[in-house]
Amino acid sequence: MADNPNPNVDLPETASPEAKPKKKGIKRRIFLAGSALVVGGGIFGVWWSDSSAKARGKALIGGEGKQAFGSVMTIAEDDTVTVYSPHIDFGQGSQTALGQMLADELDADWDKVRIEQAPADFAFANSALAKGFLPTMTGDFAAGLIPDAVIGMMARAMPLMITGGSSAVRFTGEVAMRRTGAAVRAALLAEAADRLGVPVSELTAGESLVTHAKSGKSLRYGELAAGAAGRSLERDPVLKSRDQWKLIGQPVVRRDIPSKVDGSAVYGIDFTLPDMRVATIAAAPVRGGKLESVDEAPALAVKGVEKVVKLPDAVIVVAKGYWQAKKGLEALSPKFSDGGHAAVSTPAIYAAQGKLMAGGKADAEGGSGDVDGAFGAAGAKLVEAEYRVPFLHHAMMEPFALTGHFKDGTLHLWGGMQDPLTTRTKAAKAAGLEVDKVVFTPMIMGGGFGRRFPDLVEIIDQVAVLAKQVPYPVKLVWSREEELTHGTYRPQSSARLKASLKDGQITAMRIDYAQSGNAEGEVPFIYNLPATSRRHFAYQSNQIDGPWRSVNATQLGFYTESFMDELAQAAGEDPYRFRRKHLAEGSRHVAVLDAVAKRAGWGSPLPVGTGRGIAIVESFGTIVAEVIEASVRDDGSPKVLKAYAVVDCGTTINPLNADAQIMGGLIMGLSSAIGEAVTLEKGAVVQSNFGDYPILRLADAPPAVDVHFIESGAQTGGIGEPGLPPASPALANALAAATGKRIRNLPLLTQAKA
Amino acid sequence: MAIAFSVNGKQVEVEAEADTPLLWVLRDDLGMTGTKFGCGIAACGACSVHVDGAVTRSCSVPLSDIAGKAVTTIEGLKAADGTLHKVQQAWIDAQVPQCGYCQSGQIMAAVALIEKVGSPTDAQIDEAMTNICRCGTYPRIRKAILAATAQAAQQGDA
Repeated sequence: MADNPNPNVDLPETASPEAKPKKKGIKRRIFLAGSALVVGGGIFGVWWSDSSAKARGKALIGGEGKQAFGSVMTIAEDDTVTVYSPHIDFGQGSQTALGQMLADELDADWDKVRIEQAPADFAFANSALAKGFLPTMTGDFAAGLIPDAVIGMMARAMPLMITGGSSAVRFTGEVAMRRTGAAVRAALLAEAADRLGVPVSELTAGESLVTHAKSGKSLRYGELAAGAAGRSLERDPVLKSRDQWKLIGQPVVRRDIPSKVDGSAVYGIDFTLPDMRVATIAAAPVRGGKLESVDEAPALAVKGVEKVVKLPDAVIVVAKGYWQAKKGLEALSPKFSDGGHAAVSTPAIYAAQGKLMAGGKADAEGGSGDVDGAFGAAGAKLVEAEYRVPFLHHAMMEPFALTGHFKDGTLHLWGGMQDPLTTRTKAAKAAGLEVDKVVFTPMIMGGGFGRRFPDLVEIIDQVAVLAKQVPYPVKLVWSREEELTHGTYRPQSSARLKASLKDGQITAMRIDYAQSGNAEGEVPFIYNLPATSRRHFAYQSNQIDGPWRSVNATQLGFYTESFMDELAQAAGEDPYRFRRKHLAEGSRHVAVLDAVAKRAGWGSPLPVGTGRGIAIVESFGTIVAEVIEASVRDDGSPKVLKAYAVVDCGTTINPLNADAQIMGGLIMGLSSAIGEAVTLEKGAVVQSNFGDYPILRLADAPPAVDVHFIESGAQTGGIGEPGLPPASPALANALAAATGKRIRNLPLLTQAKA
Repeated sequence: MAIAFSVNGKQVEVEAEADTPLLWVLRDDLGMTGTKFGCGIAACGACSVHVDGAVTRSCSVPLSDIAGKAVTTIEGLKAADGTLHKVQQAWIDAQVPQCGYCQSGQIMAAVALIEKVGSPTDAQIDEAMTNICRCGTYPRIRKAILAATAQAAQQGDA
């Protein structure tokens, strides 16, 4: 059957990265526009009202001895519950959290719950995500009248098996997993009531067992599953209240960890098939350049090399193993054009961005109030500052690797991508095949951080083309050098901030920023000011800008929270109290800020040369405030001594994993702030490997991160990304407090030494 | 040419070019994929193994240097009965891995450190644990090393 259930809804265009660079890297924004019509409605209906997806999902996950409930879960005769996650797991641990949410509502025995990756099939496209992204990312909660079944079709057509936007738990978990668990539990109870001839009200469910206390009889879920699966499921089941939770909120250990300590976990790069060859690639050093010529002979002379494949913008060497392929590639002297981008450089980009902002013609503006009026008011003290942040490499530890085998008209792919469905549609397009002639098996990923959104992943096209030219399976592996020089980077970005102060109060603030993507609607401005303006000046270099962990909240967080410290200083006030009085009294933001100040001992004396910095950023529905204590070493490099984070993500599903995500986000934020920069010369990336792109190491990371969660019960927010944005401004603020020197351009390392 | 050495106590003989790095011999010739490729220039440590007991970045050691030596990989840390090494168990107890890709190398580095110094100090951990973890698991790595050697860790990091 065709995978697109609705021929009237076109599958998305996945143009080659060169085609329209201006539009690439802003996939999320296109995606938001695409879902702009989809708000509100009864959420649970999505999963049950669309019968074709339900039937297909059931067929894929059901089987001998187990009963499928929608495309979400199965119950086997031996009571095993298997939860199918539409989200991949690249280390963020959300699959365990999704299992917890379903199993809690189901009253399942956690030891009998398994969590599996859903197949890369359109039946598993995620309606919950389609509904979740729009209101959260845009702040638009307006009710819509689009039927749920249409949303389901749109989700599959878009298609949505995306992992990103810190979305798994807050949308898929809250909408699909909890409701499925509750509805299946109700069906199991109804089935048991009929079998035992007693009213449902006399039954209790727990530990995968339905018990009738009066008679002492009980039935296992495995015994009830077949009958329950034949019943219609409630569309809007009653969910447990917070005090009834048994698994949600518990520090459940992750199921994937044992395989990651003994070498048995098989990542995409580890995948192997009999007779498989390994290939590696060199693309044009200048993004947008083309392959002009290459003499294949030197590579073919290398022992083990079997074939050289030319792509319009790259050359691939196929060999028996990676080492031979790499040696073959190094033997080549390919000539590439520069695509007309020879004048592109890091300083030229900053200069162009500065010119755009000075021109004053913004492409988009958010905010309210009379900013210019406040700036011109009598007695207003004006403060201005400019900030710059560089391109950043994702540096996922597993370089791209994708295996392809074209056999009997079907292209089989194995590897790790953030969206299994777009991987299929993109590969199909590149290979000139129908989507149902592409089979993709998602595998474990060694990190991603935004780099594995298939839309921006060239290796899919490369393997699709390569696999059709060879009779054997072939695994294409990118070297670290290829990975670092051909990224979809966090954009290089510049900002000019200006504010007016009167009697210690900010009367107006303007944030101008120049970069590729518009962040309005994505990153909330949290301070309560009489007048604000945030203006986006669109600037696109020859690079492809992509989502990088926490996306635009990193640079906007750095700009705003560095500037808040500069304003506090101008007002002669303490940075914590200055922030506090500009936040709404009694708000969640104030609670988070107060808590982090208290835990960090804000205001207590520090040794000479040590400073404390604070920052607060809201992103992906979660508010995070961080305090960093740091000093400067003799060589000018920063030394992070202590780190504190307080988080309000509404409800913490798994504190053990949430702690890890905030800790990791904070450290990645510090790493980027301290040493990371991708710079350009003559249109090409200067850095080549970890030698000149330094990632923070253990000795430079804080020995411990104090992470604390406020269980506000507000709408569940994300956890994978929000820990990152406050880290860089908190560090810059700490160093300014320690040394009196304000660092406005990242990374700190190059500035501190300058 | 054929080069003989031992991997996890088993004698092997590999037919490969002498300049082939041990990493690719392990992964492509012997099919042992627990040892990971991260950078190829001995900068990240994802490929760490033990060669005659010393922690070694296998991406930058040619096969010719391994002749006659004893290599231990992540797959060889468990006891014969399947019991995990105390460092592996400490990694599970502290829930260290996120994406997990660097953790084979981290564990091999930690085992070598503990075998060398017994109960490492924080400064010794700082000095020895130079492998990159992009997920930022460092505080839990430190905590797991201290726990494996029966030392208390600082507060924080649940």
